[in-house]
Amino acid sequence: MEANEILAKAESLRNNLSTGFRDEIVKSLYTEAENIAKRAVKSTSDKKYDFDQKIDRLVTSPYTGLPIMLLLLGLIIWLTVSGANVVSSWIAVVLFGIGDYGRALFNQIGIPWWITGFLWDGVYLGLAWVVSVMLPPMMIFFPAFTFLEDLGYLPRVAFNMDWMFKKTGAHGKQSLTMAMGFGCNAAGVIATRVIDSPRERLIAILTNNFVPCNGRFPTLIMLATVFVAASFPPALTSLIAAATVVGVVLIGVMFTFIASWVLSRTVLKGEASAFTLELPPYRRPNVSRILYTSIIDRTIFVLWRAMQTAAPAGAIIWVLANIPIADSNLARAIADWLNPFGLLLGLDGVIILAYIIAIPANEIVVPTMMMVYMGAGMMINGPTNNTEIFNLLVNGNGWTMLTAVNLMLFALLHNPCATTIMTIYKETKSLKWATLSVVMTLGTAIVVTFLTASIARLLGWV
Amino acid sequence: MTNTKTVLPTEHCETCPAFTQLEQMGIKVGDFDRVIALAGNPNTGKSTLFNALTGLKQHTGNWPGKTVTRAEGGFEFNKIRYKLVDLPGTYSLLSASQDEEVARDFILFGQPSCTIVVTDATSLERNLNLVLQVMEITENVVVAINLMDEAKRKGLEVDPRSLSRDLGIPAIAITARSGEGIHTLLGAVADVIEGNIVTKPLRVGGTPEFQKAVNELVPMIEQMAPGIPNARWLAIRLLDGDARVQKALSTGELADIVSRQQRADVQFSGKMSVEGRQ
Repeated sequence: MEANEILAKAESLRNNLSTGFRDEIVKSLYTEAENIAKRAVKSTSDKKYDFDQKIDRLVTSPYTGLPIMLLLLGLIIWLTVSGANVVSSWIAVVLFGIGDYGRALFNQIGIPWWITGFLWDGVYLGLAWVVSVMLPPMMIFFPAFTFLEDLGYLPRVAFNMDWMFKKTGAHGKQSLTMAMGFGCNAAGVIATRVIDSPRERLIAILTNNFVPCNGRFPTLIMLATVFVAASFPPALTSLIAAATVVGVVLIGVMFTFIASWVLSRTVLKGEASAFTLELPPYRRPNVSRILYTSIIDRTIFVLWRAMQTAAPAGAIIWVLANIPIADSNLARAIADWLNPFGLLLGLDGVIILAYIIAIPANEIVVPTMMMVYMGAGMMINGPTNNTEIFNLLVNGNGWTMLTAVNLMLFALLHNPCATTIMTIYKETKSLKWATLSVVMTLGTAIVVTFLTASIARLLGWV
Repeated sequence: MTNTKTVLPTEHCETCPAFTQLEQMGIKVGDFDRVIALAGNPNTGKSTLFNALTGLKQHTGNWPGKTVTRAEGGFEFNKIRYKLVDLPGTYSLLSASQDEEVARDFILFGQPSCTIVVTDATSLERNLNLVLQVMEITENVVVAINLMDEAKRKGLEVDPRSLSRDLGIPAIAITARSGEGIHTLLGAVADVIEGNIVTKPLRVGGTPEFQKAVNELVPMIEQMAPGIPNARWLAIRLLDGDARVQKALSTGELADIVSRQQRADVQFSGKMSVEGRQ
């Protein structure tokens, strides 16, 4: 018996069936389900609206839905910013202290300078930086985010934002995948599997990177605190910093919409498809599960990944910084060579170099940058508080507000990290889309920062 | 796992927690005697039940579509080792989205010893559509009526016996979050597999002429691919004009799918433990 014969037979059988046979099947399925359920379920109360529905009227209302969403986002980021600042400097003091001790010990027992330097000023310093910069925000952000997730709030976000995505030609569930992108863009890309339509799924994959992931949050938080919020009274610092980060996130959302709109009118033409999304009941989050998910599955997982790239990155920078060229070193020479391009974007050569070294993981941009700024000797450890960072960057390396703003924009818009690019390739099984994801985001980042830098200079702001 | 719930009078002695043993085996699923699939609508608590049984920490989140690939884990119950496969939540087995395909292919061709369909007690009617569709594919089905606590809070009373009688398969009330009813559920699963309970799944098959057409097609499919499970379901899909099933049949992909799904992929479990983190 051949497959074709069976197909032909099925075809002829189908043609002999009365026209409405499909509807008959579906109808009998639904009728049967209804009857069975009617017999098995009895309602003992005649409450029409329960508590869930009352809350939903508020959080999914066309008037209060979006403001509540923004407030919750602001609250999470404010908690993260204000908590992270405190913990971050403690961790920095402890870890850099260990570095001093280790270096002194190695010198004392007569280990060659280049081994001590490579291990303590390269590998260890890279690790210490990544942990002190990344761990505190994650420890606060992930539990808060997981709390909202377990509560059942995420589908409400999708509900509120659906009409906007529809207008751009994208899928309403894209807001779910964006929410996952806050944790990690690679996870966000995997989460796009919930989108049925391949066209809309591709849009969600390609634009996911415009949501700043946890690897990029520390950069945004540091810049927002050190530069933007520094000119305000201390009492307002964390509020202003949080507002700045929320602003950056909103710019990212704006670019998501723009990119989705452009994509669905060019390479991914089509209309938004309809879908149903259940609003699950609110459930009381389970504290131990939140802690497990956010600490073990998320924080430790992401931090471990960052450490794996930070150690070799630290080593590379140390080596580059210790290969002498004329009266300078190789790291400086490369940074100087990249400087004209960096300045064009309102950045500088060191930042561009840091981004190139940090392609495997965005998390290590700030540490890399700091280590290059601090130079070859690196006998001092990193700055441990905001004033020291401000001094190092502004007084020592000529940063302006434009540098800070453009670095935030660049961090938000530039290409995905290597893990995310690999995930995009695996999910789409296409080199073309993986490449487009890089070209599109990096192109946007370069154009936008070039424009802001040019405008700021034309207007004489810097 | 310790079960501190009081023994309900409806539970049989042989399934009472005092006499049964549940041992979580995590991802150590190398040697197993039986395979159980967990199906159900999105957000009905499949992953919560999966975690309760295996002791794993598959990510659970309160939004539909959290599980996008299948996850595997193991547990031992009454000295029998089970491999449990957590499938993505689906409303039906007919559409072509990726997560529905994962679920459908496994129930169809993975030949689990038993499929547990996890349903939401608070919206049973909608959930039953999937139950009826799974029953089209296999006779070894047990319905778990989950979220009984939420149903109670909403003032709903669900009668498992009525459901069981109508469907012709065991229906067990559980609350996966607290572990209530899980032993009874596993007892029913074991009984179905061992044949102590003979299921008579209700088949809602449309008109008599349609049934006749199905019966004509089934022997042809069985002749072409001897030993193929679910010839009946394939016949229905072919009559419906399911493009994917047609393509799978003509390209020989069907045979590939069958062998791939039946492979005891231990490496897959290892991979999941990395990929499953989100």
